[in-house]
Amino acid sequence: MSLFERNVPGITEILKNSAISVAGLGGLGSNAAVSLARSGISKLIIADFDHVEQSNLNRQYYFQSDIGKTKVDALSDHLKNINPDIIVEKHHVKLTKDNMISIMGDSDLLIEAFDKASEKKWLIETWAVNFKDKPVIAASGLSGMGKTEDLKVHRSGNIIVCGDEITDISEGLCAPRVSIVANMQANLAIEWLVKNKKRDKI
Amino acid sequence: MIIVNNRDKLEWKNGMTVRDVLSAMGHVYPLITVTVNEELVEEEDYDTRKVPDNSSISVFHLAHGG
Repeated sequence: MSLFERNVPGITEILKNSAISVAGLGGLGSNAAVSLARSGISKLIIADFDHVEQSNLNRQYYFQSDIGKTKVDALSDHLKNINPDIIVEKHHVKLTKDNMISIMGDSDLLIEAFDKASEKKWLIETWAVNFKDKPVIAASGLSGMGKTEDLKVHRSGNIIVCGDEITDISEGLCAPRVSIVANMQANLAIEWLVKNKKRDKI
Repeated sequence: MIIVNNRDKLEWKNGMTVRDVLSAMGHVYPLITVTVNEELVEEEDYDTRKVPDNSSISVFHLAHGG
């Protein structure tokens, strides 16, 4: 039995030739990366400057045994435990406007998974200015609990934002809502890859 | 007529800028990303970028949390 035997028919071949960048490995990035690995993405470029702390474990894809490790190292281990063949390009670095394109650019699309709104803004806009044909899939408004029906996808061209665009960190961050939005991002990424790469082959 | 966020309608006026649209719609969030007809408009251009009639504008509100 192969790892992807139960995958959606026809997508494994496409995802096997795809690369996704994930900027930030907190609640959004770690959960999105895991879903992408399980879906069969062959390469992930991941970047985060932080280490795993106890307070991360209420929503981020880490375990007690990860505490103190860099997030890139801990998550890379988990991704390879899911799919030993996945290529994980790790960057333990603080992403900036100046280094982001060279670190994250060699991929089909970007998952924005930052914490601060001001950083989301420059990340989304820097990517959009540099890559007209590659989407940035961002998240805004995933805090608090409940209000599942408020979570939506807002898109304009290659800028896509998931979440309610209202709730913020002052309401606290809880696993279900953060994970739902992270998985909305992963789901959109897979959908975009399958749709666009299939079209490229025609 | 201008459509904002695929939902709200705003009467177009000659010479209207992105800033005018944001003011008319009452957008008060400090951090937003704006597109006009699917093209990003950077903040430094909000006061000068003219919005053509029949444009579709998206205003993404960016909230903390990730």
